[in-house]
Amino acid sequence: MTTSAQTVVVPARARTATAVATVRRKQGFQHGGWFVAPFLALFALFVIWPLLRGVYLSFTDANISGEGASFVGLDNYREALNDAAMWDALGHSAYFTLLVVPCITVLAFLLAMLAHNIERGKWLWRLCFFVPFLLPSTVAANMFQWLFTQGIGLINQTFGLDTPWLTDKSYAMLAIVIMTLWWTVGFSFLLYLAALQGIPDHLYEAAKLDGANAWHRMVHITLPMLRNITGLVIALQILASLQLFDQAVVMMDFSPGPELSTRSFVQYTLEQGFTSYRVGYASAMSIIFFVIIAVIALARMWLLRNREEGTR
Amino acid sequence: MTSTQIRIKSRRPWTPSQIVLTLIGVAVSAVFVTPIAAALFTSLKSEAEAAEIPPHWLPEVWTTQAWRALWETGNVTNWFVNSLVVSVCVTSVVLTVSALAGYGFARTEFRGKSVLMGIVMSGLMISPAVLGVPLFTTVQQMGMVDTYWGMILPQCAPAAMVYILYKFFQGIPRELEEAAFIDGAGRWRVFFTIVVPLARPSLAAVGIFTFIASWNNFLWPYMVTNNPDLMTMPNGIATVMNSYGIQWAQLMAGGLMAGLPLIIVFVFFQRQIVAGVAHTGLAGQ
Repeated sequence: MTTSAQTVVVPARARTATAVATVRRKQGFQHGGWFVAPFLALFALFVIWPLLRGVYLSFTDANISGEGASFVGLDNYREALNDAAMWDALGHSAYFTLLVVPCITVLAFLLAMLAHNIERGKWLWRLCFFVPFLLPSTVAANMFQWLFTQGIGLINQTFGLDTPWLTDKSYAMLAIVIMTLWWTVGFSFLLYLAALQGIPDHLYEAAKLDGANAWHRMVHITLPMLRNITGLVIALQILASLQLFDQAVVMMDFSPGPELSTRSFVQYTLEQGFTSYRVGYASAMSIIFFVIIAVIALARMWLLRNREEGTR
Repeated sequence: MTSTQIRIKSRRPWTPSQIVLTLIGVAVSAVFVTPIAAALFTSLKSEAEAAEIPPHWLPEVWTTQAWRALWETGNVTNWFVNSLVVSVCVTSVVLTVSALAGYGFARTEFRGKSVLMGIVMSGLMISPAVLGVPLFTTVQQMGMVDTYWGMILPQCAPAAMVYILYKFFQGIPRELEEAAFIDGAGRWRVFFTIVVPLARPSLAAVGIFTFIASWNNFLWPYMVTNNPDLMTMPNGIATVMNSYGIQWAQLMAGGLMAGLPLIIVFVFFQRQIVAGVAHTGLAGQ
């Protein structure tokens, strides 16, 4: 489009532009498909096909071997929607998400502001805040399991408490949330840090000349410039948090937690599939979960579109 | 000589606000490093001392017993090699296919492109956690349970990476490619000699994050392998070690061994990682 506009203004380039258009059409048609083919093959095999298969299995009473499955219609879905344990597990995942997402967003922002504004030792702050994210979830979870264990744990020892973090249902999820904040905030921190570095200095200089103080500069420049990245951080964190599994399972010694209080949706699905061998039922739950996530993603898109229209 | 002088000049003096911020930074960093330090100290205790009540931070008797015990069982080396094979394969495949696909979607035309792009974007919502059971039965059907293939291939179709590179390739000026086309270069030649070199920081970021994700992936290898000989580092440590009753000193030593390679990589490449994040447009500019 830009080329054709130029053609009008600069006739000397007209010939080039037509040549480009021809080349573009030819080359594109010949090779475009081959660029995306390898990815699409993998994607079809390991994303689309399992999704379709999941839909099919969810209408059957398949077990783990996949043999002798018969069609049961909507029975699995009916059972899942009436399954109190499923709603509990979904509630735990949602509760975890509600606790983690706002905390991580605020914490990541504050850490990034700190690391961005200290003039010395930038590499050290980056390293310290990001390093937990480099640990495998199981390792980070094992560390906190040990720190939280009553008796031998250093957390109670250091703060002079005797809290049954891992064995009481009112603390178990909180322990997992604390561990998750420590372990994953580094990733969002890095996104914020990169975004802060991308804000042009002249904006701040101009504001200073106009007499804006640090607070004004923060509210009128930094926060608006970070709006996109905040949206991204929140979206990524919601998706990641709803998929809670690793840390909860490891911290609770591969159990569903005290009085099932930390059993997440993913954990319950896998239990049904791999422990109770109810692949059909587990597939129905997977599809329900997929629909929930899709609804959230669509709601986000819709909100974004409305906001864009609002600002125009 | 001149360079040292310039460096000294460019250092700004300590202002009160910088001192306060630095102190806050030190305090917050201490909070972040403490659990890792605690794990390190625990790994240097004897098993008996690690389970002592009340606990204490520093070992009374420093010993490398836990590290040696882990080493001697031989499993850890095995897991390490498995992790390395899986992560290196996943990273190379992901980099190749997502760079090609990102470019294909951003800069070429073919029938059904927008529909396919829409389908790929909906894949952002699907992970092994969401579709674990059906994905497992699919992989089982292909006969890839308890194989390297089964661990590697399902991790190789991340829509997110395609999206990141797609966004980046869209930002490359078309004129660069067009000049080459007119000189007679084909699509592939343009891709490898012009586009890929330009994309190096983005590819580095995608590669590093894929490597981190794959090295640390627990759920998928956990579902697809039962064979302890095929386990990756995070799985071996979490599942096998716990089943023998928890030996805290060994567990911490193993955990640090699993975490160390990535920490070393990050120490060396952190500048490129931050630059890569900014460059890919992940940061939203």
